Amino acid sequence: MSTMTPSKLQKIMTSGQYGVTSECGPPRDCNGAAIEEKARLIGKHVDAINVTDNQTAVVRVSSLASCIRIKQLGYEPILQMVTRDRNRIAMQADIMGAATFGIHNMLCLTGDHQSFGDHPTAANVFDLDSTQLLQTVTMMRDEKKLMSGHEMKVGPEMFVGAAENPFADPFEIRVARLAKKVAAGAQFIQTQCIYNIPKFKQWMQGVVDQGLHEKVFIMAGLTPMKSLGMAKYMKARVPGMDVPDELIKRMGGVHKEKQAEEGINVLIEMVEELKQVKGVSGFHIMAIEWEEKVPEIVERAGLYPRPEVS
Amino acid sequence: MIIAKGKPVEEIINDIRGYKKVLVLGCDGCVTVCEAGGMKEAQILGSALRMHFRLQGEDVSVEEASLTRQCDRPYLAQLNDKIGNYDAVVSLACGAGVQFMAETFDNKPIFPGVNTCFIGVTEEKGVWTERCQACGDCVLASTGGICPVARCSKRMSNGPCGGSANGKCEVSKETDCGWHLIYERLKQLGQLDRFSKPTSARSWSTSRDGGPRKVIKEVARI
Repeated sequence: MSTMTPSKLQKIMTSGQYGVTSECGPPRDCNGAAIEEKARLIGKHVDAINVTDNQTAVVRVSSLASCIRIKQLGYEPILQMVTRDRNRIAMQADIMGAATFGIHNMLCLTGDHQSFGDHPTAANVFDLDSTQLLQTVTMMRDEKKLMSGHEMKVGPEMFVGAAENPFADPFEIRVARLAKKVAAGAQFIQTQCIYNIPKFKQWMQGVVDQGLHEKVFIMAGLTPMKSLGMAKYMKARVPGMDVPDELIKRMGGVHKEKQAEEGINVLIEMVEELKQVKGVSGFHIMAIEWEEKVPEIVERAGLYPRPEVS
Repeated sequence: MIIAKGKPVEEIINDIRGYKKVLVLGCDGCVTVCEAGGMKEAQILGSALRMHFRLQGEDVSVEEASLTRQCDRPYLAQLNDKIGNYDAVVSLACGAGVQFMAETFDNKPIFPGVNTCFIGVTEEKGVWTERCQACGDCVLASTGGICPVARCSKRMSNGPCGGSANGKCEVSKETDCGWHLIYERLKQLGQLDRFSKPTSARSWSTSRDGGPRKVIKEVARI
């Protein structure tokens, strides 16, 4: 986490305080105001806003355009970039473009396979993978060089992050894979949604044992369950998701109308428990199409007001 | 070998509509082994076409033959005195064979009778699976002999991705996660240290991204 950038998120976590991020999924039409509405709902309660890049391979307003709108509202965006749709030429161009608008955070991802999305017959690219994208952005920032070797007079100043899924298989290489991403330049990690706390703790122990928590900020990924149906869907259908049966039971144990509230209660309890876990530097709250709940979650989790940094 | 799969007969009938003398031409190479385009399949397709045209009351003659290979000129030359007997050919060779036929007999319409699928192996009788995408710069030495380009749905160099579950790929529960296989194999070989360093971006210029490819072996030309 050596190179300092103008990123507010980086400054907050470097100061030893918890970082808080959330995400906005851009709309599936050209309504720019919709992006701004979502950003306004959560803007004051988080340090930076992730903007997804055609998540689940469904075509949406581009992450870069949405980030620019959010930046112009005065909030700090995190440009998500998947390697599925663009090659090294297009990605480096977009990184440079983002930098010209003062975007200082990036999350490097490989991306869901296009067969999940609304254009399953599309060709994919995968010129690079997420680890190689991390290497690319880091080189562009630290050496002011493109992959071609071309030297830039002005380089991007990006706080560079990646995702990691502590619950995917094989479990025993998940820490090694994190180490690889750190070696490739990752300065922060946003994890897959955590529901299985014991397994997350086991992974974190591995991270701490290797001293990786001193090299990278681990932000615990959390998604509130809106209903029993959502919990069951996440368990059965979402790749790489680990939802324990006790949680399904707990959601099912309350009346349908109270399930949303229960889902938020669960999340708040998890934040409290995760605050006790060594190496957790922040929280990434992915309230999928439920952005209006983010302020309440952040406040109840004792993470509000957000720190000011200069 | 190159694995292919027969095209639907309706598609072939549609392609050869209007031609009166048709040759269905098998290839004794890969497509014979994968039971898509050898003499046996040529005869089955020939019978199906004859039956169709007879039922339609159309006077179309369909004959069958097969060559040792359709990707070598000397074998194609064996057709020199016969090709004039036909006004169209359905080639059951892979895409390379179909194209070489078309180049060799440039006034003759050549139609593909199979879809060329991939470079693969006979997994079990009647089942073929992909192993190689001919990327032109083999990395198998560092991946335990399992190809991340052909076996990972995202052709990742630093896998597995977050969608790997129970050894299966996020794309389909029927598909093994290539990187899970690589992990298991390297573990067996005691080479897990290969997971510790990131693999940098590779050059795809030897792959299809570099345009149509050519291999020249000078000593073979003498």
